Amino acid sequence: MVICLGYSSARFLLIIFFGTFLGTAHIGDAMNAIEIQGLEKTYSVGFWRKQPKQALKPLHLSVEHGEVFGFLGPNGAGKTTTLKLLMGLMYATSGSARILGMEINDPRMKAQIGFLPEQPYFYDYLTARELLTYYGKLSGVATRELPQRIAAVLDRVGLTRAATTQLRKFSKGMLQRAGIAQAILHDPKVVFLDEPMSGLDPMGRREVRDLMVQLKQEGKTIFFSTHILADAEALCDRVAVLHEGELRGIGTVADLTSKTQGKVEITWHGSLFPAALQALGATGQVSGDTLRAQMNDSQLDAAIDILRRERCRIISIVPVRGTLEEYFVQQMNTPDLSQTGSSRKGASA
Amino acid sequence: MKPSRPVTLIVASLLTVCLAMSAGLVRFMDRLHPQDTIEDVLYLKSSQLKWMSLGYTGLVADIYWTRAVQYYGGQHSGEDAPRYELLAPLLNITTDLDPKLTVAYEYGAAFLAPKPSTGAGLPKEAVALVEKGIRANPDNWHLYYSLGFLHYMELKDYEGAANAFMRGSKVPNAHPWLTVLAGKMAQKAGDTQTARMMWTAMYDTTTDRDIKETSTQHLIAVQVEEDVTGLEKIVDIYRTQTGRLPASFRDMATANLLPGLPLDPHQQPYVLTAEGHVVVRHPVKFKFLEKGLPEGYVPPMNAKN
Amino acid sequence: MNHRIAAIASNTFREAIRDRVLYNLIGFSVLMAGTSILVGQISVDIEKLVVINLGLTAVSLFGVVISIFIGIGLVSKEIDKRTLYTVLSRPVQRWEFILGKFFGLAGTLAVNTVCMAAGVFLSLLYVAHRLQRADSSILVALYFIVLQFVIVTALALLFSSFSSPLLSAVFAFALFVIGSFSADLRGFAGMSHGFSRWITTAAAYVVPNLSALNVISSVAHGESVARQMILANTAYSLFYAAMVLCGAILIFERRNLK
Repeated sequence: MVICLGYSSARFLLIIFFGTFLGTAHIGDAMNAIEIQGLEKTYSVGFWRKQPKQALKPLHLSVEHGEVFGFLGPNGAGKTTTLKLLMGLMYATSGSARILGMEINDPRMKAQIGFLPEQPYFYDYLTARELLTYYGKLSGVATRELPQRIAAVLDRVGLTRAATTQLRKFSKGMLQRAGIAQAILHDPKVVFLDEPMSGLDPMGRREVRDLMVQLKQEGKTIFFSTHILADAEALCDRVAVLHEGELRGIGTVADLTSKTQGKVEITWHGSLFPAALQALGATGQVSGDTLRAQMNDSQLDAAIDILRRERCRIISIVPVRGTLEEYFVQQMNTPDLSQTGSSRKGASA
Repeated sequence: MKPSRPVTLIVASLLTVCLAMSAGLVRFMDRLHPQDTIEDVLYLKSSQLKWMSLGYTGLVADIYWTRAVQYYGGQHSGEDAPRYELLAPLLNITTDLDPKLTVAYEYGAAFLAPKPSTGAGLPKEAVALVEKGIRANPDNWHLYYSLGFLHYMELKDYEGAANAFMRGSKVPNAHPWLTVLAGKMAQKAGDTQTARMMWTAMYDTTTDRDIKETSTQHLIAVQVEEDVTGLEKIVDIYRTQTGRLPASFRDMATANLLPGLPLDPHQQPYVLTAEGHVVVRHPVKFKFLEKGLPEGYVPPMNAKN
Repeated sequence: MNHRIAAIASNTFREAIRDRVLYNLIGFSVLMAGTSILVGQISVDIEKLVVINLGLTAVSLFGVVISIFIGIGLVSKEIDKRTLYTVLSRPVQRWEFILGKFFGLAGTLAVNTVCMAAGVFLSLLYVAHRLQRADSSILVALYFIVLQFVIVTALALLFSSFSSPLLSAVFAFALFVIGSFSADLRGFAGMSHGFSRWITTAAAYVVPNLSALNVISSVAHGESVARQMILANTAYSLFYAAMVLCGAILIFERRNLK
């Protein structure tokens, strides 16, 4: 009797609920995969005297279809907050976001996305297969298709042999793989991964990286947060750098890194480091009769003139390729500037 | 990006409907619930209750005390004739659990002894309950007062009453009236003056609302009794003077025997019958009346407080 | 019921079973067996009375303890372990989650109660040698006990949706105790005056009316329960549980999951 009544009332609510959505939702995904407009989150902290803490300053961001987008920042930068807002786990203070052109709480959109939370911990009394069956049902995967889907996805993350093992016996790496399996089980169009490589050994990292490359090749959009820059450098089409809840930079890895320096390195044979070169502000090293000097791009012509005058034999002139890490460190050291966007030059370069 | 409005609206209205329905059903069930029977109340002995209350006997006693008061009030408001057979067991369990709950003994004295429809008509049980209270609280003069009161009013045992008041007057901090009352008992019994004094003392010293109310009713009854006695005396004087009964109070006023139309405590004029008796106009408004009732008047059994 | 609620409910049921909740049945059967044997030796007249009283009281208390201790963790545990994130990022509405959790635990308790009921009847058969027609009112008492679990589970879930497990347990247990004396609370309300009467009356109707669901002692005396009472109690429990679940949903819909 209890069950029956709950059953019918739940169905009644459901009908009303979906009814309201059909009227308002935007259908189609012609626009960007992810569209974030002025998303902002302020918490109240403290028990007696509530003080506002801005976890995320107004964020504008868009991710194209099929893009691998890296969301970078140190711990506490607001990466997880952004993901929780996008997943509808938190409510934004202001601003809005659309995924696949649909509202955040639209169930049809949620059927087409996958999410791996940071350091996931799953129902440890379930086996891997039971866990995936549960999530498959929640995502609306047809019951007939479910067994093949699960087998395929377990194979893909390398958990086939552990399919009937309870998750409480899983290692951290296996749990992470089970987490990825649940995120891609229902063949989502957009995958959100929060720190997917954290806590993994080098082999595990490599596997996750390969998996992400495969997903990209399948045309999926991947939005992942990380504080490990090498991963972002290796995988991302574009990255955004977040610090203290504020967007500090956005663009391709090459874009961002090229902004760090505009420096060149000259190598030549000779016996001494010309004083004139030092006067240009170049820094140098001597190893045997090979000498190196680094300087700003603009000083290059002057430097070549000096070396010719000294009759040195120039071996190479190479632009210094900066790493994402350098850019990152530089951004972190920049005092908080209210200006956001991609055009800002590093102030301390 | 906000909680869904439709869900909020639907769920909030569903909540309101469910609250109203559940409250309505509780009321329905309270009416449906059959009266407790003796077996229900006595199913658990006081000793078992003490054990079951894990030592929190005070709380359980309070619950039983509430039940006793509820029970008494419930019998009054019902449509059937009131029955009070559970009052004594409920009060006994209450005082077993918390022997210091003196209000329960006083309540028993006030409502166990009187005849229906005001009380259970069990003066012996009432005396036993109060004696039990005195054993547990020998320093509480209120209980001696209640005991003397029971003896005087309900049992008409003036010696017992004098004895109780005397014992009470020896308790430290006893009300000085106890000594006076003890003297009165020895000297003269059955007059309205003593009754008035005792009910006034009862009214002034009790904290229980029901007991206050019943004391007021008794004081009104005493007033009527005095009025009727006085008026009928004047009727006698009129008859000796004129040789006939007065047709109305107006006759007596013309003869300068009355200052005006006499009113009862409810501010209604008294009625003079053809036989020269004085009665109240609305006997339903009075309780405990022994004089001044119209001939053949039967009080309704479900008289409400 | 939509398939998502069903999936969440069956997962909750599975969790309870795998967390060895049904082990309580061992304790219960030991208790019942011990009582039947002891009571059979001691007295002649009241053995049946004792078996029914003790059996039904144990069914009720075991179940209440289970529903409180699992109920308080239903939501908070999923938040703590972040398993909720992967559920709510799917096409699952928050109210569906609450309902699924509720049905899962209510179902667990129903199964548990059926097992215990079998134990009670076995003990009864042992001491009385045969069952009588009047014993069917024991089924009514058991049904009322299940209704009691429905209410307590909903309350535990409500507290779990906004409070820590420890506080939730305290709240739920306090409400269970108060609810068991709800008739007396309404008595108090009737005796008070003015503003406090208003407050106590409101409180008396908001706390669960569990005293009407406890017919153990009258059933033990072989009395039957009026049909109207069964219907009224059923309707009451469903409305009350629905009200509490609505409260839980309203709170949970608003929560920011940090």
